[in-house]
Amino acid sequence: MRRLTSVAHRLLGLLVFAVLVAAWWLGSQNSLNPFYPPLEVITQHFRDNWLFERVPGDLVPSMWRLAVGYLIGVAAGAGLGMLIGVRPRLRRAVTPVIDFMRSLPPTALIPTAIVVIGIGSSGKVGLIALACVWPVLLNTVTAVANLDVIWSQTAKAYRISGWRYLRRVQLPGALPQILAGARAALAVALIMVVVTEMVGSTEGIGHFVIQAQRTFALADMWSGVLLIGLIGFAINALFVAVQRGLLRSHGPRGTTRS
Amino acid sequence: MLEVQSLGKTYLGSTPHEAIRDISCSVTEGEFVALVGPSGCGKTTLLRCLSGLDSPTTGEVRVDGARVIEPVASMALVFQEYGRSLYPWLTVEQNMRLPLEAAGVSRSEIRERCDRALTDVGLQGMNDRHPWQLSGGMQQRVAIARAIAYRPRILLMDEPFASVDAQTREDLEDLMLDIRSRYDMTIVFVTHDIEESIYLSDRVIVLSQPPTTVAKVFPVNLPRERDQLGTKSLPEFIELRTAVHRAIRRDEDVTAGALAKA
Repeated sequence: MRRLTSVAHRLLGLLVFAVLVAAWWLGSQNSLNPFYPPLEVITQHFRDNWLFERVPGDLVPSMWRLAVGYLIGVAAGAGLGMLIGVRPRLRRAVTPVIDFMRSLPPTALIPTAIVVIGIGSSGKVGLIALACVWPVLLNTVTAVANLDVIWSQTAKAYRISGWRYLRRVQLPGALPQILAGARAALAVALIMVVVTEMVGSTEGIGHFVIQAQRTFALADMWSGVLLIGLIGFAINALFVAVQRGLLRSHGPRGTTRS
Repeated sequence: MLEVQSLGKTYLGSTPHEAIRDISCSVTEGEFVALVGPSGCGKTTLLRCLSGLDSPTTGEVRVDGARVIEPVASMALVFQEYGRSLYPWLTVEQNMRLPLEAAGVSRSEIRERCDRALTDVGLQGMNDRHPWQLSGGMQQRVAIARAIAYRPRILLMDEPFASVDAQTREDLEDLMLDIRSRYDMTIVFVTHDIEESIYLSDRVIVLSQPPTTVAKVFPVNLPRERDQLGTKSLPEFIELRTAVHRAIRRDEDVTAGALAKA
């Protein structure tokens, strides 16, 4: 019964989505306004640009930077968080810094970063990584600090310590919440890719969109926006699949907690 | 082999709380000792001090003459919170292996010990299940299997059967007697259940209300072979049960009287 309603909900979601796309398609069909070209024209431009003409020149560099920056950021956040979380005094000492950095919109750092580290690809990757660190770090620190005491006491009673404890108890125990942080970081990473490319780049999807806007190639601009939306959707779906796989052995409690 | 000398434990804080005043006792090799007492009498605190997880404020715990200041390899602890003491992301066997790997036991011996321990607790073939796929009673069996695969000389158990149903509890009690006869272990068993304490042990130590001291000690002179119906209906058993009950009750009365006066 519950299964049935969940299928019904999913169908309903698809239906609403389809209705909105159809409304856009029909509503824009005869549009002569250059700023709102018909969806039909946008999809044509989408096909011309992204299947697959501009994929190697613009999409691949963007996705590469996204992947590298994101993974570095998540690894650094989780690693540092594991070390900070188990040291209460250190944790209290650095919490305000983490809170501050997390509250600072990472896009605000872009102009400074351009001056300091330049506009090269590694600068962008570094900025994406820096932006991704904070949500992961905060979640990891909290998760490790709030690990079930019985887990750590059992480990202590059976003399499981050091690296073995870190890898077999602490990391998997904190994993659901680390992944929650990693998911938040994913949205941040996509924002950072697009914005860094808009500000200082000669290639990439963000650069494509801003360049199309500046040259009044508005259907191209729309096609880029559409692509960015699809990428966001796809990487989120991918993330959920990976998350489900990683938490399978945690059982029903582990999966629902994140 | 396990000696407790004038152990006391006071929790410091804004209002210091004296949990244990003065406990001295010793457990000989191969003995099964049950600690009983009213709830909140510091049984768990005492066991934590015995295991080395917690340190006493005064006095000391010694195993074979060596002072216990942190968990030692010769002791294993079975927690009351059996469900939470197993790691859900590990399988039954991985849960059992982890302490053995940390202790540097060889691969082949680990496998042997795990299989034997699982068989002894009646869970053969459950190696690859996860704890969350098992019932509460089975989870506690896994926790016991993990402890016996560790081959401690002393097994400490903290109200291990407090949160399982009555039938499962009887099964687990008999399992403990069975394990006791198979493995050469000294067992210290904490419980608030008087019948359980007598049924399982060679000696019952009754603890007082906090600040806790040893109220009374009862040797259990029942035959080694025990069974749920037979043993529990023996006149000696019933007599002992009344005596232990009275010892606990008297202590409660004394405390109540003192409170009334104050």
